[in-house]
Amino acid sequence: MAMDNVWVFAEAADGQVKTITLEMLAKAREIADEVSCFFAGDGDDVAEILGEHGASTVFATGDLDNALVGPPVAAALAAKIEADGAPDLIMFGTTYDGRDVAGRLSAKLGAPVITNVVDLVVDGDAVAGVEPVFGGTTNVTTRFTGDAVKIVLIRPKSFAAEPAGGSAADVEDLDVPDLGNTGTATVTARLVEETSGPKLEEAAIVVSGGRGLGEASKYEMVERLAKLLKAAPGASRAIVDAGWVPYSYQVGQTGKVVKPTVYVACGISGATQHMVGMKGAKYIIAINKDKEAPIFSIADLGIVGDVHKVMPKLIEALEGR
Amino acid sequence: MMRLAQHNSGMHVVVCVKQIPDPAEPGSLDPATKTLKRTGNIILDESDSYGVEMALQLVTNAGGGTVSLVSMAPGGETKGLRTALAMGASDAILVSDPALSGTDALGTAKVLAAAIARKSPDLVLTATESSDGYTGTVPSQIAELMGLPSVTFAKSIEIDGSSVNVRRQTESGYEEVTCPLPAVVSVTAGVVEPRYPSFKGIMAAKSKPVEVLTVADLGLSASDVGWAGGGQEIVEIAAAEAREAGRVVEDEGEGFAEIVTFLENLKVI
Repeated sequence: MAMDNVWVFAEAADGQVKTITLEMLAKAREIADEVSCFFAGDGDDVAEILGEHGASTVFATGDLDNALVGPPVAAALAAKIEADGAPDLIMFGTTYDGRDVAGRLSAKLGAPVITNVVDLVVDGDAVAGVEPVFGGTTNVTTRFTGDAVKIVLIRPKSFAAEPAGGSAADVEDLDVPDLGNTGTATVTARLVEETSGPKLEEAAIVVSGGRGLGEASKYEMVERLAKLLKAAPGASRAIVDAGWVPYSYQVGQTGKVVKPTVYVACGISGATQHMVGMKGAKYIIAINKDKEAPIFSIADLGIVGDVHKVMPKLIEALEGR
Repeated sequence: MMRLAQHNSGMHVVVCVKQIPDPAEPGSLDPATKTLKRTGNIILDESDSYGVEMALQLVTNAGGGTVSLVSMAPGGETKGLRTALAMGASDAILVSDPALSGTDALGTAKVLAAAIARKSPDLVLTATESSDGYTGTVPSQIAELMGLPSVTFAKSIEIDGSSVNVRRQTESGYEEVTCPLPAVVSVTAGVVEPRYPSFKGIMAAKSKPVEVLTVADLGLSASDVGWAGGGQEIVEIAAAEAREAGRVVEDEGEGFAEIVTFLENLKVI
């Protein structure tokens, strides 16, 4: 039996609805009769695509005048829930803003949040979230108890986004109440770190580098190999923490979740933190000089060798094609 | 809204820190309590060491002040706190109570918010998420409970009079955010280099004050925390479908050719 209604936090960047939103909509329309979205911005900008993916209504705050979205969206939702009642489930993506809104809303409503969810199990009114722990070796299923509003944070790439062919969603205003002190954080500038080639989260092939590269300048090998394979370059947390590449390159628990056809791990040992972000790849190739490295336990092809010897030869072979 | 007092004696920063089982040792769940086993070596979560370092730097830049720690642990653990005190924090509040076992993120935020309020700080720093629970919601939950603004995922923090300017991580780069103090800011791992405690620091940490409080001391009831306060229950713990290890080849100069063949077979080159 399906739930009556589910709300999904819709996010957009550069005028495009984020993939995580569409992934959640695919699951939401499978488990609920009616799916609505809420959005920080102008609802008309997203109504068509959200409708096409199964949302019947989008509640939109309108322009938030450069406020961080957490406080206004959480306060507006809490007010709407108080006025009109709560849905059976509220879904957020595990994104910067998704976590901000979910945390604030949870505190406002005294509602629990089940986080890092990769699947939902619905049985009548009962809802449970499945969360991978210990680097994805164990799945913990947690069920909501009690009468509080149910909030889940969904990990990217948990569901496949697919249009359902619906018409544009109805747009309804979501009124933001007075936020007092909580609403005083203001964005004064937005800066984009330039990356070339395909986007990390969407690339069919990802080539990532780790501490085994030895020094920052050797990351250039990862970039060259990525370019030859039309792949996106990625990185382990170790070399992001070390300042070799920007945070936006990071694959893993605290970085991006990728699910490419091929993932090439160069000089990455395979800390659980990293594996959670890439073990969904269809094929994994690993190059590492330590044959005991955990990455080899999940790699389809493992080369026990020095990245400084294997990668230049690989690059040369591909350049010669 | 909770009012936070301004201090006369420099800048006062509270850093929320978690003491976790050493991630280098394999973790496991206690099948009886369904909580993470907290036996073995309990250490300062590395994710929190960045906030401690950031706080120490901000206080130095402000020309003086104090860094206080706030932590929560069911069994009175202090080893991780001593590490942060040895780095240079002045004092700590440890909320420790058997009732805390099984507390979820919101319950944790209630406890930490109540403890932070006793310190009336100018700024509250946290990690973006803990390394063992990684819910990532506690910073904004604390801020909401305290009626404060918050900026999550800080790459850098600068105090400018009675405001804080933060470079906040985004999916494609970063944004610059400003907000008035007091505020809650979560610090991204790796943005500062946490100092190693000196021998002098380690010796001094032994005598720094750690105030141990119970849930009741904070004016909270046992039903706000623990499994009782959570509104959720674990119904299943199961092994995930494991990926099989494939072929592992020692490189003797031709390892690259294995990769080329593999990619050719997948028709991606």
